[in-house]
Amino acid sequence: MAKIIVVTSGKGGVGKTTSSAAIATGLAMRGFKTVVIDFDVGLRNLDLIMGCERRVVYDFVNVIKKEATLNQALIKDKRTPGLFILPASQTRDKDALSMEGVQTVLEDLAKDFEYIICDSPAGIEQGAQMALYFADEAIVVTNPEVSSVRDSDRIIGILQSKSLKAEQGGTVKEHLLLTRYNPERVAQAEMLSVADVEDILAVPLLGVIPESEAVLKASNQGAPVILDQESEAGQAYLDAVSRLLGEEMEHRFLEVQKKGFLKRLLGGK
Amino acid sequence: MAKVCFQMKGTAFTAVVMDLQSYSADLFPAQLKQKIDTAPQFFNASPLVLNLASFEGQLEDEQLEHVVTVCREQGLQPIACRGATTELRYTIMGLGLASLPASKSKSSEIPAEPAQAAPVKAEKKQPVVEVAPAFRPSKVITKPVRSGQQVYAEGCDLIVMAAVSEGAEVLADGHIHVYGPLRGRALAGVKGDTDARVFCRQMEAELVSIAGYFVMNEKLRELCWKEAAHAYLDGESIQVSAI
Repeated sequence: MAKIIVVTSGKGGVGKTTSSAAIATGLAMRGFKTVVIDFDVGLRNLDLIMGCERRVVYDFVNVIKKEATLNQALIKDKRTPGLFILPASQTRDKDALSMEGVQTVLEDLAKDFEYIICDSPAGIEQGAQMALYFADEAIVVTNPEVSSVRDSDRIIGILQSKSLKAEQGGTVKEHLLLTRYNPERVAQAEMLSVADVEDILAVPLLGVIPESEAVLKASNQGAPVILDQESEAGQAYLDAVSRLLGEEMEHRFLEVQKKGFLKRLLGGK
Repeated sequence: MAKVCFQMKGTAFTAVVMDLQSYSADLFPAQLKQKIDTAPQFFNASPLVLNLASFEGQLEDEQLEHVVTVCREQGLQPIACRGATTELRYTIMGLGLASLPASKSKSSEIPAEPAQAAPVKAEKKQPVVEVAPAFRPSKVITKPVRSGQQVYAEGCDLIVMAAVSEGAEVLADGHIHVYGPLRGRALAGVKGDTDARVFCRQMEAELVSIAGYFVMNEKLRELCWKEAAHAYLDGESIQVSAI
């Protein structure tokens, strides 16, 4: 039985799509057959981050409206075996998704895949609620900043009250993923620390992704940052995937790194 | 066999009752807004029964219409009038509301009474029949109350064993106890119990209210910020002190 994981945040621009792409790629790299679905109908981005925008023929809405089969719409990732992308439609809006349609697609995917990653749109409206409704687990992406933390708190409340699991009396397992973390700015008290965010949200920490130039570079190149294993962000995502699979790992990149002479020479980004 | 379409059942609902005591075209809307602002989420779309039994004097048709309109504008849902005089019956029907008898003891009397005598009678009987307070177990919440969520302990105390986030609201007719940080709004004694109190292990609230009186975050910061504290009503002002 496939595990459905929603990547959500409430606030926009915190790194949901980047994280969805990285985590889906990471799971596939670990040998799990994984599909990542773009729920952001109308603002299709996942295909760009995954570098498959030119291969989109049919999309999620076509499948829901039965204008295409799932196999026609699924795009096989060229870099990572066992990874598939179900792109969103760019020409429709979020009302094109129906609860029954989404359920049917997820049930069909569950037959073939071990992990289904749902990349949620921002906001708390229908589109976001649709993305999280069928989830078994949720990765709540948060920036170390007050408005992002508050929106995450709100979306966790929705997960606990408006998801299928919650309606059946169960709970959606939550993970906190802190992105764009900058230890130097935390040290200068310009940014919330990991401890602050954990204190407010009270959700187990899945990972801390340091702010890194590699993320922007990866997005523009259309290659998930997790493939860039030289970068701290790539390594942090690898750790996060390991923790998602139940492995215990120490959190890295939380402290300000004092760059020694040698390190500066070798360039440690 | 044809499929059964429905089943009739009798049930009891909880509704807010507004005891209308006097009418003023200016004061009524202002006072209602003030009341609703103390707990907007609680009053939002809540069913409302207008009790006219304790109204002083005679309520005119247009006045009742205005009262109902204002209630609807403020987001309440008037569903019925209670204890209205027979003259108002058609106006009530016209407003799409149900007419309920004043209360069990009075129901047979009012239509039979002469019109002038009715209000006098009603005034004297003002103390509503008190139902003996039955034991109501407290409501216990073990998970964090998140931003945007609201928890209301009706007719009892509320115990929250986790954090109340900023933007969350906890309400109780009785006391409120919060064992995690209290960062949202806490409203105790929302039905007017002035003896209700708010207890918390870590006071960081946006607002603390007791029986409609409240203190805001700024004041709380001066008093016992991030400390274990409790709030109670002393006359018309809320006292907050460490525990």
